[in-house]
Amino acid sequence: MRVGVVTFPGSLDDADAIRAIRLAGGEPVALWHADADLHGVDAVVLPGGFSYGDYLRAGAIARFAPVMREIIAAAGPADATAGGLPVLGICNGFQVLCESHLLPGALTRNDHRKFVCRDQRLRVTSTATVWTRGYVAGQEIVIPIKNGEGGYLADEATLDRLEGEGRVVARYLGGNPNGSARDIAGVSNAAGTVVGLMPHPEHAVDALFGPDDGSGGTDGLGFFTSVLTAVVEGVAR
Amino acid sequence: MTIDDVAKAAATPDVAQPWADLGMAADEYDRVRDILGRRPSASELAMYSVMWSEHCSYKSSKVHLRQFGDKTTEAMQERLLVGIGENAGVVDIGDGWAVTFKIESHNHPSYVEPYQGAATGVGGIVRDIISMGARPVAVMDPLRFGALDHPDTARVLPGVVAGIGGYGNCLGLPNIGGEVVFDPSYQGNPLVNALCVGKLRHEDIHLANATGEGNLVVLFGARTGGDGIGGASVLASQTFDEGGPTKRPSVQVGDPFAEKVLIECCLELFGSGIVTGIQDLGAAGLSCAFSELASNGDGGMEVNLDLVPLRDPTLAPEEILMSESQERMMAIVRPDDLDAFLAITTKWDVEATVLGTVTDTGRLVVTYHDQVIVDVPPRTVAHEGPVYHRPLARPDWLDARQADTPDHLPRPVTGEELRALLLRMVGSANLSSRSWVTDQYDRYVQGNTAQAMPDDAGVIRIDETTGRGVALATDCNGRFGALDPYRGAVAALAEAYRNVAASGAEPLAITDCLNFGSPEDPAVMWQFEQAVSGLADGCAELGVPVTGGNVSFYNQTGDVAIHPTPVVGVLGVIDDVARRTPSGWREPGLGLWQLGVTRDEFAGSEWAWVEHGHLGGLPPVVDLGAERALAEVLVAGGRAGLFAAAHDLSDGGLAQALAESCLRHGVGARVDLRPLGHRDGVDPFVALWSESLARAVVAVPVTAEAEAELEALCADRGVPLVRLGRTVDEPVFGVAGLFEVGLDALRAAHETALPGTFEH
Repeated sequence: MRVGVVTFPGSLDDADAIRAIRLAGGEPVALWHADADLHGVDAVVLPGGFSYGDYLRAGAIARFAPVMREIIAAAGPADATAGGLPVLGICNGFQVLCESHLLPGALTRNDHRKFVCRDQRLRVTSTATVWTRGYVAGQEIVIPIKNGEGGYLADEATLDRLEGEGRVVARYLGGNPNGSARDIAGVSNAAGTVVGLMPHPEHAVDALFGPDDGSGGTDGLGFFTSVLTAVVEGVAR
Repeated sequence: MTIDDVAKAAATPDVAQPWADLGMAADEYDRVRDILGRRPSASELAMYSVMWSEHCSYKSSKVHLRQFGDKTTEAMQERLLVGIGENAGVVDIGDGWAVTFKIESHNHPSYVEPYQGAATGVGGIVRDIISMGARPVAVMDPLRFGALDHPDTARVLPGVVAGIGGYGNCLGLPNIGGEVVFDPSYQGNPLVNALCVGKLRHEDIHLANATGEGNLVVLFGARTGGDGIGGASVLASQTFDEGGPTKRPSVQVGDPFAEKVLIECCLELFGSGIVTGIQDLGAAGLSCAFSELASNGDGGMEVNLDLVPLRDPTLAPEEILMSESQERMMAIVRPDDLDAFLAITTKWDVEATVLGTVTDTGRLVVTYHDQVIVDVPPRTVAHEGPVYHRPLARPDWLDARQADTPDHLPRPVTGEELRALLLRMVGSANLSSRSWVTDQYDRYVQGNTAQAMPDDAGVIRIDETTGRGVALATDCNGRFGALDPYRGAVAALAEAYRNVAASGAEPLAITDCLNFGSPEDPAVMWQFEQAVSGLADGCAELGVPVTGGNVSFYNQTGDVAIHPTPVVGVLGVIDDVARRTPSGWREPGLGLWQLGVTRDEFAGSEWAWVEHGHLGGLPPVVDLGAERALAEVLVAGGRAGLFAAAHDLSDGGLAQALAESCLRHGVGARVDLRPLGHRDGVDPFVALWSESLARAVVAVPVTAEAEAELEALCADRGVPLVRLGRTVDEPVFGVAGLFEVGLDALRAAHETALPGTFEH
């Protein structure tokens, strides 16, 4: 299975995402922001970082990269029930997905106005996505969070709809780290193929280098194994 | 605009020049006139003034720093691939891998403008590491501020921390450790030191020299603006005056995105093998890059300043030469390689401009508007600056301070008193949790962080296949330096060395950041000389060479200097980071042991300061033989997988170490201090809070086999060993016969000080 990882100028966690895909058993493929070609990958990860320095709104410039035109077209509309290319946006990638309107809502400055890096407890609230189908519904996991603009916001009607349609993928436990509405840590498109997640599963795939809080440090690996099995089983295209 | 070019300078010898405003001394100005045989042009004066500043030329420290070279033996150099004098030292860590690391100060800018000052401090040290041909893999930040409760600390600290995070996080470099220390001594002079470590293969080392006549001088990266003009001379090399101008325009402004792109661009350029020489632009900007590259190489260079891309077109030529605009690099490139070079810079959207060529004339010639504005021998700018033998004098107050021992201070005796003291100490300014600071730094990026703060040392994997990695720790107790600068420096070295060993890594080399007051004060100069001697002697005894570092003088306000603060960064190597030793225990039922001897040593201790505001006496005895033996036990035991945890004993003594190791994973401990007290002749208070050196606590499985192994390890090396107790399956820290305290209460006391001060 070939999973692409996009590098924008200012991407930081691209090497980590590539390592995570490899550890999950997939074949990582480096995609370059200026290259309007997906090289036939089966899924795409938009990694964390500060694309273009995030001096405008986070993700606002990256969203117009040539490679994003291809990804947006392949992923299909946010509310379509038929899924397209599986895409996981992590942190800055989540911000890019919202700016691209592949996902609703927006990420805003943390309510406490500081960057925060810590081991974060989450509850996986939807296993109906190609990126979370390997988890058990309601499962508690610990993966690192690290962001300055991670406060997820949307209007009340949108939040109600996301919850009603089971599109809230994960929620923060043990304290909301950034002021996200309704403790939302991640959401998906209607088809469950595009997922945006503020915490970093790619930093919790190798016990020695993940959270050392007793969780085992590999709780994030499920995101990457999920998409691989989804592709194999034909759940994703 | 008329330009003060070389011809005009020769024709008008009597024009008054602003050498004093540029921070030059009269005799220095006269020497420039002697070298050139005429008065300098305005641009030449600008170059000499910044390059001969204390910050760039080390003119007051040079005569003492020679000790580092003189006392380095051949055996110590075995692992050194590049030593002192280059942008950073390079150390062989085996398997063809090398690491380069260095620490620098950005103290003055961080006081004037905390966010940008601290941010550009990170940027500068990272560019030093790139300049060696290495990929930066981690940063650390030893920080010192005034009193925790002083109002100005609330201005400086949050800005500094946000600046380090804002810049370092955006570069994708894990922040793996450092220090946060509060002391009134740093009130008007916070210390913001930054360390960076990078990795490279042996064959990838690059150096800053311009060789090959006809090769091109290429400036690339950000455009040159008006920020940071005179940063090195006016700001870093002078004492702050009460009520003086704020000097804010001398602080540079950072753009971490530009630096991140520059890192990737440089690494791709290095990988293509088309860079013959490379230099970053930091202090003294183009003046430094031109003169150092030319001086280190074939000796000549001719460049056209009109070609420098500017952010501000109104800049005068001398401002262009002095600007410390960030995120710029200079490369020497063969003409045939230029197209390939520009293809890579274009890929990364990095602007690159050919400014001129390398020549064999022995002169650095700079033209501007078709006029020659600089024509100098580059060595006289870069390497043959003034050297001062400043007067030294032992401070007249030192005898009285050393005589004022802490022996008369009232001490707690009862269990209840000791328990109350524990809660006060773990919540005090310097012993409380640093997580309010470190949670603002990304420690995960790159996925190679095996250990970070609050562990004793940061541990980074270098080779993903074998797990080979490095450990780094920085330390210094400025109060020890104030009591005895020689011993204080050795103690700083010993602590960082011990911390690296506690993580299981073998200490290999050091970098130092020597923060002191004004070199024009003989008492400060004496402290400096003592500290350098101590460090050089200590390194020779431990067999770890100094690879480079930085001197920061003028850390004083008016007549009051900071404590002598020689911050030492020790680098160690570990065969496989999977075998590193953490500082906290994860499971109950482990045996706890103390390695080393406890003496009644409280001079300069946290207890004397926190409880009594006392600073006097002589710092703890330093025994580097004992440190070395302890380190051998820690490394050998770590390698053998004997230690479930190891934690060095330093600030706050055994009590602090046990408390931290309990809180790390919420696993309690019960100890009995009577065997230790009986052996060392100390009471429970001394056992818990003395700051004797060469000690650590280790957690070892309770099996006859493991205990025999530990005893043999210690006996072989003559390291005293005593049983303390066990980790327990209850959330409690207990001392037999004296007191116990719940971990919840301990944690609450430990974690409130910083958020309580900085959260509003």
